[in-house]
Amino acid sequence: MSDIRPVGPTRAETEQDAAEQVMTVGVPETPLTVEPERKPGKQARPASLWNDAWYDLRRRPLFVLSAVLIAILLVMAVFPGLFSRVNPMDATTCVLSNARQAPSSVHWFGTDNLGCDVYARTIYGARNSIVVGVSTTIVTALFGGLLGLIAGFKSGATDTVLSRTTEIFFAIPQILGALLILSVFGTGNVWTIMLALSVLAWPMTFRIMRAAVITAKNQDYVIAARALGAGSGRIMFRHILPNAVAPVIVIATINLGGFIAAEAALSFLGVGIQSPDISWGLMIDSARDRFLEAFAPLLFPALFLSITVLAFIMLGDAVRDALDPKLR
Amino acid sequence: MKKTATDVLPAEGGLGNDPLLSVEDLHVEFATRAGLVKAVNGVSYTLSAGETLAVLGESGSGKSVTAQAIMGILDMPPARIPKGAIRFQGTDLLKLSEEARTQIRGRRIAMIFQDALSALNPVFTVGWQIGEMFRVHQGMSKRDAEKKAVELMDRVRIPAAKQRVHDFPHQFSGGMRQRIMIAMSIALDPEVLIADEPTTALDVTVQAQIMELLAELQRESNMGLILITHDLGVVADVADKIAVMYGGRIVENAPVHDIYRRPAHPYTKGLLESIPRVDLKGQDLYAIKGLPPNLLDMPTGCAFHPRCPYRQDNCVTSVPELYEIDPNRSSACHYWREVLDGTDE
Repeated sequence: MSDIRPVGPTRAETEQDAAEQVMTVGVPETPLTVEPERKPGKQARPASLWNDAWYDLRRRPLFVLSAVLIAILLVMAVFPGLFSRVNPMDATTCVLSNARQAPSSVHWFGTDNLGCDVYARTIYGARNSIVVGVSTTIVTALFGGLLGLIAGFKSGATDTVLSRTTEIFFAIPQILGALLILSVFGTGNVWTIMLALSVLAWPMTFRIMRAAVITAKNQDYVIAARALGAGSGRIMFRHILPNAVAPVIVIATINLGGFIAAEAALSFLGVGIQSPDISWGLMIDSARDRFLEAFAPLLFPALFLSITVLAFIMLGDAVRDALDPKLR
Repeated sequence: MKKTATDVLPAEGGLGNDPLLSVEDLHVEFATRAGLVKAVNGVSYTLSAGETLAVLGESGSGKSVTAQAIMGILDMPPARIPKGAIRFQGTDLLKLSEEARTQIRGRRIAMIFQDALSALNPVFTVGWQIGEMFRVHQGMSKRDAEKKAVELMDRVRIPAAKQRVHDFPHQFSGGMRQRIMIAMSIALDPEVLIADEPTTALDVTVQAQIMELLAELQRESNMGLILITHDLGVVADVADKIAVMYGGRIVENAPVHDIYRRPAHPYTKGLLESIPRVDLKGQDLYAIKGLPPNLLDMPTGCAFHPRCPYRQDNCVTSVPELYEIDPNRSSACHYWREVLDGTDE
């Protein structure tokens, strides 16, 4: 239709303009929508996949809610002192005679078996969870993503070797495998946990990246780029990667919550974070014996854990919806 | 002035008498699970500078595969070129290294595709993609490349080019997208441009505009143009000569005027008679009977014999060579004389 009048604005363009107007008129000022001031007369930058996704995300209550939660958690992880005046790493703050107190104005979440403040410990526990979750996600996304890109692009023997390798890892249950790896290491801290989880989790990212690359590789624009003289490296990183990275981002975000839960599980089982370091999983473990006498030391870290995992999974969901044009 | 890294390759402008591009007895086959598919079986054609060759044929006739072999963008395996040569100013491209071929692609020989929407990368602006030609091949800075992109968009007559360089492919209409594809392909002044069904995805009014644009660009730069199409109507005005392909072979070679007036192969004749005409309104439209040949199981003898109204017994057994009709024409039909006479009014 629009072909009949190639000189005027195309339909897509008019829609774009309309969308632009809605964007500048209809959005209330929130910290998330801070945009650089547009100079009058200068053409507004049109929507790419990422701009579109961002535009779409900001309008999703699910995204806003999870983003706010995650922002709070990140601040908590970096500056726990902002939330709690008590430093739980200081042993003098634990008074044994105060053990298992109910929540009060002094101890908001009560105290645990050793008389330590549960609120302070819960706040300080966020850091380990976040560090494990984020670092595992980054390592698996980079490692699995890169190998997936190579396997999908090269195909043939390279692909076969890499793909069969991932299948071996798929056969190992994640928690059992991590348990085994960590008991070999002997010490549980954030970095060994990260390593153990990464070793077992990269094949998932690998597969998703590989599939996305194979889809992108056979697109006409990749063949066209080749026909116009682009080399292999350029085709791989400039033409295929940007078109294949979206599903990896989605799965990474969703996995992040899973890694946090896995860290808690490993700490709960005693091979993860070790006392006196603080972890939600560890707190749940030590509170479980006396749960009937004092529910608070178990309830609050469990609640924080659930909310954190939920926040990341909700974020992943929102990102997926925004990046997948077919779901719009 | 530019293009210094092409040492291995023929000098600019060609050497002596070699034609710009010649395809000689090219064979391409694909190893598939069902067996060996012989997509191209001994195709030859030549192209001179400033000349337009239209390669005509239906789906599966091997016209696009030939073009992809020239570009070197066939996936090998499954594809294989067991025989033949593709000479670009005398140098056989098939014997060059992949690296040398990458040097030629885009710079000396460029290609445009049928569906410009899928041939443009959806995540980058059109300016970025046109500019990429200059950044990759000439190491130009981002800003200069963008300036060049605007110039090119002007050259392919995209209105308001300056405002639209930052737009993405999906924000353009089909005709405009094909213009962008053309801009990318002519960016480095290639000597040969291959257009693989450049207008098939467009509607009729835009088709004419795009063909006009291609013809104009060719006049400006004197490049050789190979126009691959299944549409006889599209090529009539712009082509100098036509090669008709059927079943992976060229069945007729002719200057454009001769072929429309007096086809010398029954397949060409059938194609021409299948074009709807105003003066025959109300009558049944002619259609070539039967189906295109199965490339896995080619008919014996002449590939066209099961559908041919001129068939005789020897068509089933002996493969017709390309008979020379006059110095500019040839036809792969044992009975080309009868076909020629049959259309002589």
